[in-house]
Amino acid sequence: MNAVVADITYRAMLGRKRIWLLALLPAALIGMAALLRLIGGPDEHTAVILMEKFSIGTMLPLLGLIAGTGVIAPEIEDGTIIHLLSKPISRPVIALTKFAVAASLVAVFGAVSTFVAAFLLIRDESGVAYGFSLGALFGGVAYAAVFMLVGVLTRHAVTVGVIYALVWEGLVGGYVPGARSLSIQQWAQSIADRISSSPFLSSDVSLGFAVPAMIIVTVGALVWAGQRLRSLSLTGDE
Amino acid sequence: MTMTTTQAPTRHSVVELTQVSRWYGNVVAVNDVTMTIGPGVTGLLGPNGAGKSTLLHMMAGFLAPSGGTATLDGRRIWRNHDVYRLIGLVPEKEGVYGFLTGWQFVLSSARLHGLPSPADAAARALELVEMTAAQDRRIETYSKGMRQRVKVAAALVHDPQVLLLDEPFNGMDPRQRLHLMDLVRQLGEAGRTILFSSHILEEVERVAQQIEVLVAGRHAASGDFREIRRRMSDRPHMFRVRSSDDRRLAAALIADASSSAVSLTDQGVEVQAVDFSRFTSLLPRIARDLGIHLWQVSPTDEDLESVFSYLISRSSA
Repeated sequence: MNAVVADITYRAMLGRKRIWLLALLPAALIGMAALLRLIGGPDEHTAVILMEKFSIGTMLPLLGLIAGTGVIAPEIEDGTIIHLLSKPISRPVIALTKFAVAASLVAVFGAVSTFVAAFLLIRDESGVAYGFSLGALFGGVAYAAVFMLVGVLTRHAVTVGVIYALVWEGLVGGYVPGARSLSIQQWAQSIADRISSSPFLSSDVSLGFAVPAMIIVTVGALVWAGQRLRSLSLTGDE
Repeated sequence: MTMTTTQAPTRHSVVELTQVSRWYGNVVAVNDVTMTIGPGVTGLLGPNGAGKSTLLHMMAGFLAPSGGTATLDGRRIWRNHDVYRLIGLVPEKEGVYGFLTGWQFVLSSARLHGLPSPADAAARALELVEMTAAQDRRIETYSKGMRQRVKVAAALVHDPQVLLLDEPFNGMDPRQRLHLMDLVRQLGEAGRTILFSSHILEEVERVAQQIEVLVAGRHAASGDFREIRRRMSDRPHMFRVRSSDDRRLAAALIADASSSAVSLTDQGVEVQAVDFSRFTSLLPRIARDLGIHLWQVSPTDEDLESVFSYLISRSSA
């Protein structure tokens, strides 16, 4: 880890308008929970649906995309990354630091807002709040790593990320059972399911598969991103 | 001053390209270039699109040669982050964090280099490029020339042996340009190895002792500026002249040895001048003596591209 790289990356992510991108969805989640609470019928089932569909199903991949690509892709695009790469610092260390920033942002904005929203709805009933926030935490970390890799691999990171989140996880994962075991969203849900005792929550993927898969994907994405950064080429305008 | 025979060996760095080529798919950007960049200031001259940036990126470790080797003091540059202890790089792209102040940007460079007292180093570097007064403003408020100068400061903060600058004088006003030129010259005189790219001969001439000319990816010429300048002005120049009496003008021009070929076309007289200065003083004199009005005199091959292609044809002849 490199403190200077982390400092610059945090400033880039939080110092300007991009913080609103990160804050918007969590604010919407908490807002929805508050609204449900106000109008009176928050029950465990509603809470689980909100967590499944919105928190883990929508907000988390988008936050992962914003943070994961945001820590590196714009810098590669406009060439500022050279400032960091033209220094005697190992490139994998730079990648790891950028990932840590992205992961911490997804954790704070994703997992914390998930906990707050669930707790607002049903307190700690059946461990739903704990389960989903922990699921969001681990899922968010994996998303951050994968989307940072995408940001290093292609200049169309956001497009690729949106296609992955919408088409793969949303559509294919919804209809093709086998694809579900290769979905970060399902892994996050599997963690939530294990911790929560709620009967409304079920998961297709076993924890024994989800946790190792998450670790492998995260570590693999980081190693790949670090290596890819070592060979980052500038083509110039010629 | 006394001369001593046993001078303490000062550390000099050498960037060496050996038969370096780089292609993108079917397009060859740099073709079999071998050059050694030693202490002092070297100018990398060539028209836009000649492959200057590609070559510079390979020297800076931001592009792998497709063939050949690029080394710094014998060590491979590509995928070797240790070379940045010795290299300072000023890329052509903007490449600055607009949300940082000049001070924060240069200080971050010093800290990334792990310097023992980064604040002192940053202050020194900003002083060197005369940016101390504006150092507390955010970079996004800077003019292009000021951004260029903080980039130079960030590249100089670790006092590198090698300084690589890609079109460093672009977008600078004349005063800033002269100041940076002075700075580059001084650094070169102090024994640093400096390479900068430019498509402007005058710029290179003012700063560099050694000039390497790159045209269409090939190493077209190499030498000091007098040599390059002579080769450039000795070439035959093509002019197109439109006048009130093209035929009489043509006859008078071909009578003089300064022109080697004259042809009458629909667009006027096309003249190939072999003695540039003699031709340019002769033409108005003839016109006056013969009472011919000159409507248009335009060089047809004055663009850098044709000057450089001439150099290439000379060097491969």
